[in-house]
Amino acid sequence: MGTPTSTADTIAQLRSRMARMHDGVPQLALETHPALAGLVQLRAGSSYAVDSASLALALMAGPSRTGSWCAVVGVGDSGAEAAYALGVDLDRTVLVPDPGDQWLEVTAALVDVVTLVVVRPPGRVPEQVAGKLAARLRKRSAALVALETRPGDWPRCEVRLTTRAPAWSGAGQGEGHLRSRRLLVEAQRGSAPPRRGALWFPAEDQTYRRAEPAAAPARVVEEAS
Amino acid sequence: MSRVMVVWCPDWPVVAALADEGLPTHLPAAVFSANNVSACNDGARRFGVRRGMRRRDAQSRCPELKVHAAVPDRDARAFEPVLAAVEELRPGVAPLRPGLLALRAPGRFYGGEPAAAALVAERLVGLGVWDCRVGVADELFTAEQAARRAEPQDCHVIEPGASAPFLRGLPVEAIEDLPDGRDAVSLMRRLGLRTLGDVADLRASDVRDRFGPQVAWVHRVLGGDGAVLLATRTPPPELACHVDFEPPLDSAETISFSARRTADRFVAGLAQQRLVCTEVRIEARAEGESDGEVACSRVWLHPRWFGAADLVDRLLWQLQGASGPTPGRTGAVRAPVDRVVFEPVTVVPEAVHADGLWGGTEERVERGIARVQGMLGHEAVVRPVLQGGRSPRDRQAFVAWGERPAGLRPRSIDGGPPWPGTIPPPAPSRVLADPWAAEVVGPAGRPVAVDDRGAVTCPPERFRAEPSGGWQSVAAWAGPWPIEELWWEASGGRKVARFQVVGVDGRAWLLTCDEGVWWTEAVYD
Repeated sequence: MGTPTSTADTIAQLRSRMARMHDGVPQLALETHPALAGLVQLRAGSSYAVDSASLALALMAGPSRTGSWCAVVGVGDSGAEAAYALGVDLDRTVLVPDPGDQWLEVTAALVDVVTLVVVRPPGRVPEQVAGKLAARLRKRSAALVALETRPGDWPRCEVRLTTRAPAWSGAGQGEGHLRSRRLLVEAQRGSAPPRRGALWFPAEDQTYRRAEPAAAPARVVEEAS
Repeated sequence: MSRVMVVWCPDWPVVAALADEGLPTHLPAAVFSANNVSACNDGARRFGVRRGMRRRDAQSRCPELKVHAAVPDRDARAFEPVLAAVEELRPGVAPLRPGLLALRAPGRFYGGEPAAAALVAERLVGLGVWDCRVGVADELFTAEQAARRAEPQDCHVIEPGASAPFLRGLPVEAIEDLPDGRDAVSLMRRLGLRTLGDVADLRASDVRDRFGPQVAWVHRVLGGDGAVLLATRTPPPELACHVDFEPPLDSAETISFSARRTADRFVAGLAQQRLVCTEVRIEARAEGESDGEVACSRVWLHPRWFGAADLVDRLLWQLQGASGPTPGRTGAVRAPVDRVVFEPVTVVPEAVHADGLWGGTEERVERGIARVQGMLGHEAVVRPVLQGGRSPRDRQAFVAWGERPAGLRPRSIDGGPPWPGTIPPPAPSRVLADPWAAEVVGPAGRPVAVDDRGAVTCPPERFRAEPSGGWQSVAAWAGPWPIEELWWEASGGRKVARFQVVGVDGRAWLLTCDEGVWWTEAVYD
């Protein structure tokens, strides 16, 4: 049996350990689509910004294919077939195509119950709104993907994914049809140098994967500098 | 020894089918199963239509014959009010099959058997069942035979102890309706047995060995034995609940609030039967309307089951939708509402939907979505489903949360039609709900169109796909995929051609040329 002082010490020690755990928030990693491995790792409690609908669907496909529920708010033009091709489980997907001016309340209500929410904000989102939503995300261990119309619509995001130089192949001058697209994706995380990766989105065989050769992280940093 | 009364409504499948469509009963009509007449009414018989006749023969004898498919559920459903009406006069009704019921004959209560039969007939005619016949006898088989020999809306009473003489005079065809009766009758004819009396004279063991247990039972009846107990039913409990408003209310909020206790009662009444409701019909009756007319009625589905709060929500949405400007609802409430009815359509044992010990994710999701529905309305939350079709917009559908998808076109991979003219994959990631107006021009600014043979008039050179975007040059294009849809419709259908166009900035679009007018249908974003 310890003396009163040693008990108090132990309690203080435990408290500080708990506080450290709260500060650092060891966030739960969510399943991420293999094509995006190395570029971005989804974590519960974070928000992400993308500029392309197919990237948003790819981010959604990760948690969805492991059985989590996903919601899409404010996107009136979602392509269900493309989502299905990327691996989104449509039975566990909820759409609110037109939330009107209640998009924030709807998003907050859905953050409470689903694992990942894709939202297209109607315009630039104020810093404090994003902050409140971020607190809610951390509390509920959900992730948010903002589908931006203009870059920078969603402040305070963990990673911003931008697409560059899309190159479709398959179509000629009237013949053929679109088959595959090579895409350069840039993942900007805070002020760190961006990570870049070339993706087949989709490839000739209609799979979604990294274009070979995958860029080594060291080279990526060199490129960025 | 209690006597048995049998009520027979002849040609019940036809009566039920005609009633279902609201047609008068005198029209010649027949119900077909496996393309053979399984039942027909008097109107059809007058033209020579008979049971077992092939459909084309029946139609050649009577071209205006109403053809219905056999739906046993419909027959049973239509017979339910008949059972309920007879049950009101005398409890303990045994439904034998749709169109035929038996009960213990009321003795002196209604002043004798013919009087009771007259009362039953009167009640059924009140329900719209014109042809009903009643037979009363010592036991079931005799009573049924008596009913078959009664006049419409009349009764045939076999006095106590007079069964045997009555039955002995009947031809053997009387037992045709028993299971395997047809074979037995055919055999009896070939053996020279003409009446049931001939059968009665045979030895019991011979009858059983030769004709099977059913005919053996008839043989025992003929010998004055074989009375069976009626399998009477317990009347089904009344699960629907209603609330009346005096004075009538006209605000959707007030009505929903006032219906709250009724909703509680409805859910509690189901819970007493250990049931929960997954599909409910909510009716609101407006002031001054008769019982038959309902101002606004709708069936709601719930992904799990309805609680009292869910019912009140649904009622509010329904009333708001009906009084709002959106057309195409089941009815509009124009007058104050004086009655709201909750009627269960589908109930399941509560064990099916019992909560798990630790709760479940699904249930949490349902609640969160219900909250969003409460904010925005029922149709605002949807779930995507895939279906068959040609354009990307046709190939997906959005179903309101909690409803079953209905009327989906089958997809090719599910064994549906092949949908020629479909754009091959990949599918566009953005499918516009309302297409944007687009512009496409060829060399020297000439408009691009598709001619009658499905060829482009000139190759596209520059285009503008987004209403806010600028013009850009075409880097590559594919198409046209000409489609002529619904050309058989009176409105003329649609003749469109689809193009995939890639701009110099690398983005790809799905454009549609509809009689020279261009639209942006989807984006390969």
